[in-house]
Amino acid sequence: MSEALNFHFDVDGDDFTSAGQASVQIKKNLRQLGISPDTIRRVSIAMYEGEINMVIHAGGGEADVSVTEDYVEILLTDHGPGIANIEQAMQEGFSTAPDAIRSLGFGAGMGLPNMKRYSDYMNIDSEVGKGTTITMRVNL
Amino acid sequence: MKMTTIKELLCADVVCGEENLDSNVFSACGSDMMSDVLAFVKDQAVLLTGLVNSQVIRTAEMMDMVCIVFVRAKLPTPEMIELAKECGIVLMTTEKRMYDACGILYTNGLVGNKIKK
Repeated sequence: MSEALNFHFDVDGDDFTSAGQASVQIKKNLRQLGISPDTIRRVSIAMYEGEINMVIHAGGGEADVSVTEDYVEILLTDHGPGIANIEQAMQEGFSTAPDAIRSLGFGAGMGLPNMKRYSDYMNIDSEVGKGTTITMRVNL
Repeated sequence: MKMTTIKELLCADVVCGEENLDSNVFSACGSDMMSDVLAFVKDQAVLLTGLVNSQVIRTAEMMDMVCIVFVRAKLPTPEMIELAKECGIVLMTTEKRMYDACGILYTNGLVGNKIKK
């Protein structure tokens, strides 16, 4: 694979039920590329948590995935409220999600830690009032 | 542990995936919080949960889990059943409560697994 393969998804922020569809599609695409099941699982989970976060906190956003010879890169961009304290947001159990989201099985303060857990590299660039861009890479 | 054994031990009804009951599962996870489930690593696992929405199926799919048991007689929606069929995930429902269902499987040799660090 000499050039990166790129996939783009718009993440709908209005429908929690359908959240995760981009991650499901990426899982299928990576399978077709013959990538190892363990790597596919790590990419899928990291991206799925990111998608759910965008729906819960930011009213949706965009997901771009690049597959290179060396890694899979996931770029998540939203124009939501931003993260005021990234260090605090990275702590397991810290959550600003409303109770309604908790009743749906999310908002336990594990999203960002799980994204870090399953990626080899993760960077959060966020500005309050403007939005958040998260870059994650999983090595091949 | 074969999924047929899980069905028998939990006196569960199979909602879909009957044809896969002879397959094995190697570990289990019990939770109503999907992000806790997503911190758990092991394929061919069973998820026990009392949560009923489509994200339960999607979480299991992301984790390559092969079976979901709904406790406290919860029933999945038709949309969830369709999603599970597409992914080849077995769905069961049991009247047992979470604590009891997990305890029964654990004492019969189906243990949990490590959280990924």
